[in-house]
Amino acid sequence: MTTQSETRGRKGAGHRASVFLYSHVRVRLALLISAPLFWLGLVYIAALVALLVTAFWTVDSFTGEVRTDWTFDNIITVLTGSLYQSVTLRTLGMAVLVTIADIVIALPIAFFMAKVASARWQRILVIAILMPLWASYLVKAYAWRSVLSNDGIFQWIVQPFGGTTPGYGITGAVITLAYLWLPYVILPIYAGLERVPDSLLEASSDLGAGTWRTLRSVVLPLLWPAIVAGSIFSFSLTLGDYITINIVGGANQMLGNLVYTNVGAANNLPLASAIALIPIAIIFVYLAAVRRTGALNSL
Amino acid sequence: MRLSRTSRTVLGTITGIILATIYLPLIVVLINSFSTSKSLTWPPPGLTFAWWGRAFQSAGALDAILTSVQVAVVATIVSLVLGTLISLALQRYKFFGRDTVSLLVILPIALPGIITGIALNNAFRTILGIQLSIFTVIIAHVTFCIVTVFNNVIARLRRMGTSLEEASADLGGGLWTTFRLVTFPQLRSAMLAGGLLAFALSFDEIIVTTFTAGTGVTTLPIWILNNLFRPNQAPIVNVIAVLLVLVSIIPIYVAQRIAGSDVVQK
Repeated sequence: MTTQSETRGRKGAGHRASVFLYSHVRVRLALLISAPLFWLGLVYIAALVALLVTAFWTVDSFTGEVRTDWTFDNIITVLTGSLYQSVTLRTLGMAVLVTIADIVIALPIAFFMAKVASARWQRILVIAILMPLWASYLVKAYAWRSVLSNDGIFQWIVQPFGGTTPGYGITGAVITLAYLWLPYVILPIYAGLERVPDSLLEASSDLGAGTWRTLRSVVLPLLWPAIVAGSIFSFSLTLGDYITINIVGGANQMLGNLVYTNVGAANNLPLASAIALIPIAIIFVYLAAVRRTGALNSL
Repeated sequence: MRLSRTSRTVLGTITGIILATIYLPLIVVLINSFSTSKSLTWPPPGLTFAWWGRAFQSAGALDAILTSVQVAVVATIVSLVLGTLISLALQRYKFFGRDTVSLLVILPIALPGIITGIALNNAFRTILGIQLSIFTVIIAHVTFCIVTVFNNVIARLRRMGTSLEEASADLGGGLWTTFRLVTFPQLRSAMLAGGLLAFALSFDEIIVTTFTAGTGVTTLPIWILNNLFRPNQAPIVNVIAVLLVLVSIIPIYVAQRIAGSDVVQK
């Protein structure tokens, strides 16, 4: 008898907690969300806010320590300095080029994977796209250094046709970056195409639309959020890169290089923070612009 | 829309060319790992197994792999817990500020890595006065790994619906019993897929890591960056890269098998 009532008592406590939580939605939600919000808020958002604040501080020129004297000097330097303007434009231009190149390359291969290939081939192709992601980013960038070098395989392939390798520079960096981020663009577009039902495509052709008309009026509007989602990756990853440009970009600099130098060699965190606000501002404008497409849900 | 045979062939050819281009640099890495030339001469002047032998004796590389595995394992476990919790909260409840929270989750991958890196570096060093160590790397990695788990789990939750959980509650299952016996088994494969991606992301991350790693902490990407431009080490880096791609086949295969069995279940 005692054991039975003990069991019931223990079960009762758990049961009461369960009933309490079941009827108190807010408590349940709070239990679920507090830990992750605590992490993201305390670690990430606090750090971003601190970065914003640091941009208004100065560095003591004697000790190299950050001094909490408020000033607009860093912001003014970044906004008016010709170096910062030209590097911002170059970085932005490269990010746009890389993104366009990736989308143009990703569309046909994603379409083939989702709508033409058999189920078996579809799986093989997904693996084939995923596998390079596991090869180190650095090694792939270095491989392109090898491919693009003057006695590399690119020169070796195009020389018989009278071509030459683009060598190390902006072009080489754009090619390499487009290569590095391509899987991140293919996968969301492929997933987006998978969600476009075949029946819609058939309906469109039954109603007399040709291939191009169907692609433009049916597939593209449905696929748009996925394309934008993919573009966020290639755009943002290019905007912050400073390693690839060092490996294949010759002497050219991107925004990331300026940030990196000011954190490391120049030891000027306030100026580095001020420079870092440029890509933050660009990304926020971009996110605000694409938010209405629903792309953020298909990342 | 019915694609003609020609357009199918054209699409197939384009796909083939793109795949060939994707694998070309990887094949160059593979062949260079056997090359007798320490620079990047193509075609290689001769072939040797010396680099493969030396790679397995390189203490620096093996230590770096161990450090990377430690960071990635802890970061993956923490982000699995946090990512699953937040996707349950965002998918199953409506509350004020929900859109803001979901933007907050994706922000660490939407913002360039260098921003996350410098923001955390500044917060640790200048604001909190903490020494950079392996723990600061893990904290940084969790921040951007949460989103890969979140994406996979929330997509699964959307597809699952709540009817099975309601049935469990109707049959007297408490919240914990329902989660353990009904919700979790349905989420398991999505969590595994998200966890694998988080692991891969953490294992290969260099930019945020550079800004948050202390002087003694050498993850594999940091080791690779330090050795890439050393003539005697670069071929060993090629060997490590080839090994990583080969080893990566296992988790990708497992993930595909799981995804495949999900399709069958559906």
